[in-house]
Amino acid sequence: MQVTSSVRAPLVTGGKKAKDVTQDICRQVEGAPTRAWVVGMIISLITLGFGAFCLGSLWWEGLGLWGLNKTIGWSWDITNFVWWVGIGHAGTLISAILLLFRQKWRTSINRAAEAMTIFAVLCAATFILAHMGRPWLAHWALPLPNTYGSLWVNFNSALVWDVFAISTYLTVSLVFWYVGLIPDFATIRERAKGTRRFVYGMLSFGWTGSAKDWSRYEAVSLVLAGLSTPLVLSVHTIVSMDFATSIIPGWHTTIFPPYFVAGAIFSGFAMVLTLMLITRVVFKLEDYITIAHIESMNKIIVLTGSIVGVAYITEFFIAAYSGVPYEQYAFINRAFGPYWWAYASMMTCNVISPQLFWIKKVRTSIVWTFILSIIVNIGMWFERFVIICTSLHRDFIPSSWAMFYPTMYDVGVYLFTFGFFFTCFLLFAKYFPVINMAEVKAIIKSSSENKKSH
Amino acid sequence: MKEHQDYILGVYDDEDVLVEAVGKVREAGVKIKEVFTPFPVHGLDTALGYKYSNLPVASFIYGATGTITALSTMIWMLGFDWPQDIGGKGHIALPDFIPITFEFTVLLAAHGMVLTFLIVSNLFPWNYAPKMFDARSTDDKFVMAIELDSNSKMTADAIRSVLRESGATEVNDFKDEAHK
Repeated sequence: MQVTSSVRAPLVTGGKKAKDVTQDICRQVEGAPTRAWVVGMIISLITLGFGAFCLGSLWWEGLGLWGLNKTIGWSWDITNFVWWVGIGHAGTLISAILLLFRQKWRTSINRAAEAMTIFAVLCAATFILAHMGRPWLAHWALPLPNTYGSLWVNFNSALVWDVFAISTYLTVSLVFWYVGLIPDFATIRERAKGTRRFVYGMLSFGWTGSAKDWSRYEAVSLVLAGLSTPLVLSVHTIVSMDFATSIIPGWHTTIFPPYFVAGAIFSGFAMVLTLMLITRVVFKLEDYITIAHIESMNKIIVLTGSIVGVAYITEFFIAAYSGVPYEQYAFINRAFGPYWWAYASMMTCNVISPQLFWIKKVRTSIVWTFILSIIVNIGMWFERFVIICTSLHRDFIPSSWAMFYPTMYDVGVYLFTFGFFFTCFLLFAKYFPVINMAEVKAIIKSSSENKKSH
Repeated sequence: MKEHQDYILGVYDDEDVLVEAVGKVREAGVKIKEVFTPFPVHGLDTALGYKYSNLPVASFIYGATGTITALSTMIWMLGFDWPQDIGGKGHIALPDFIPITFEFTVLLAAHGMVLTFLIVSNLFPWNYAPKMFDARSTDDKFVMAIELDSNSKMTADAIRSVLRESGATEVNDFKDEAHK
């Protein structure tokens, strides 16, 4: 039996019992699609369609359709890649790190956050494939035997590390998510009839809920959490090394790994909040995703946002202190050069606005949280744009200086990933249990309003 | 052989009552076939006398395989099969090999363990209609299944009364027709 202090706010409100959990979560899986869902789906599919046209054109015609030039070889593509990977990090943080820390509030949000991780990493992968220009040769990034020698890939390159990091992260997150879904699919299976029973039966892998299987399931969850924790930290570390191992002023910085990881968690939690605030209203899950959950996530946002703020200032200080003129110029140009507006947006959105969460009224307000969660993600997009584009645009020789102007295809591929992300998330929200029923039932006795005394 | 297998099911409402009941039922000399719960109940596996799963050990072995494979492959490829002179640096740059070694270790440890879990628990899509003693055990009830054949020393009525005394809210009979 688990003991929880009576001082702690209940994690599940409304006097819910295990049977209510099943009812409430299965309701939208079993019911007809709502009007809001259908409208959302149509908008997502239209966005996806336009994006697919842009992506298809890009692959057909070549990377010349993008606004890249000789000086700026990485811009929106890599910005968007890093942005999406960063967003993905919150899901693993919630499901793995909070599991190891025995934070029970994770149970209501981990399922949707992990789904978000998987879809976000797929969006990120889209930019890698788009950036390759010839995606049919994507397997060249792997050390496969070939007729050139065999000439192997360069394992000294951070880009090759990234191939391994992202693919490991995607597949391990997928497996972690699916193992958690198996018992909940069994619950839906036992409530269903006909074809639906067959489909959810297949998805549930024939789970019966025997004590032996649960014992193994718990062992698997714990070890997967233990493996995913260093994995999630390593992934954004390696992404940051794509920049940090280069010699470009503004990229060649040793604080990048922790700075990127904090930024990733920061933007990921903001995206989780954006999605969950909508989901909880549309699916009437206010008793499971409570103000206490929102407040906890906002506290993580203010913490990671402050870490990111300290990192920005440290970068500036180190540039000045290093005495390296190239480094100093890169940072002065960042703040006062032609891209000052991107830098100012980044500073406002990421450093100043999350500080509002120190005020309890703000961090427990749904409207404020929703607005700030979107501002944070805008800020985090600008952060990646500032790092990538402003470091490149003034090359070592002034004759090579350039500006980046996005074309329809830069915007289009970004829209493609939005369409893809929301299509996947809407399908998930409709056909999969959005809250981990088994885990919520397991904490309901110790952490709900109707605690029994022993 | 009999046409079917007979079971007695004890249905419980509360996880703490269940864990205590498992102890009481086993003390009374009744062999429990299996217990079915809607969520993982802490302490249930030890109450049933199950040993802690060996899956973490398996995971370690898969992970170690990954470490050795990744590291030796990279050393062989860049150090021996096709050494490249990059700025006169050593061919076997060990620090550069650490990220991929780590990722590959995690890859094999995670997937190997999950695959082993699915195999030992026989969880596969083609088992879409498993035998369920009581469908409510995926909702909010805890179901203890007792096989009559493996408790031939006791009468069915004696088992029923043991279950009731242990706190079961319902005691039901179950005939497994599929069993031959």
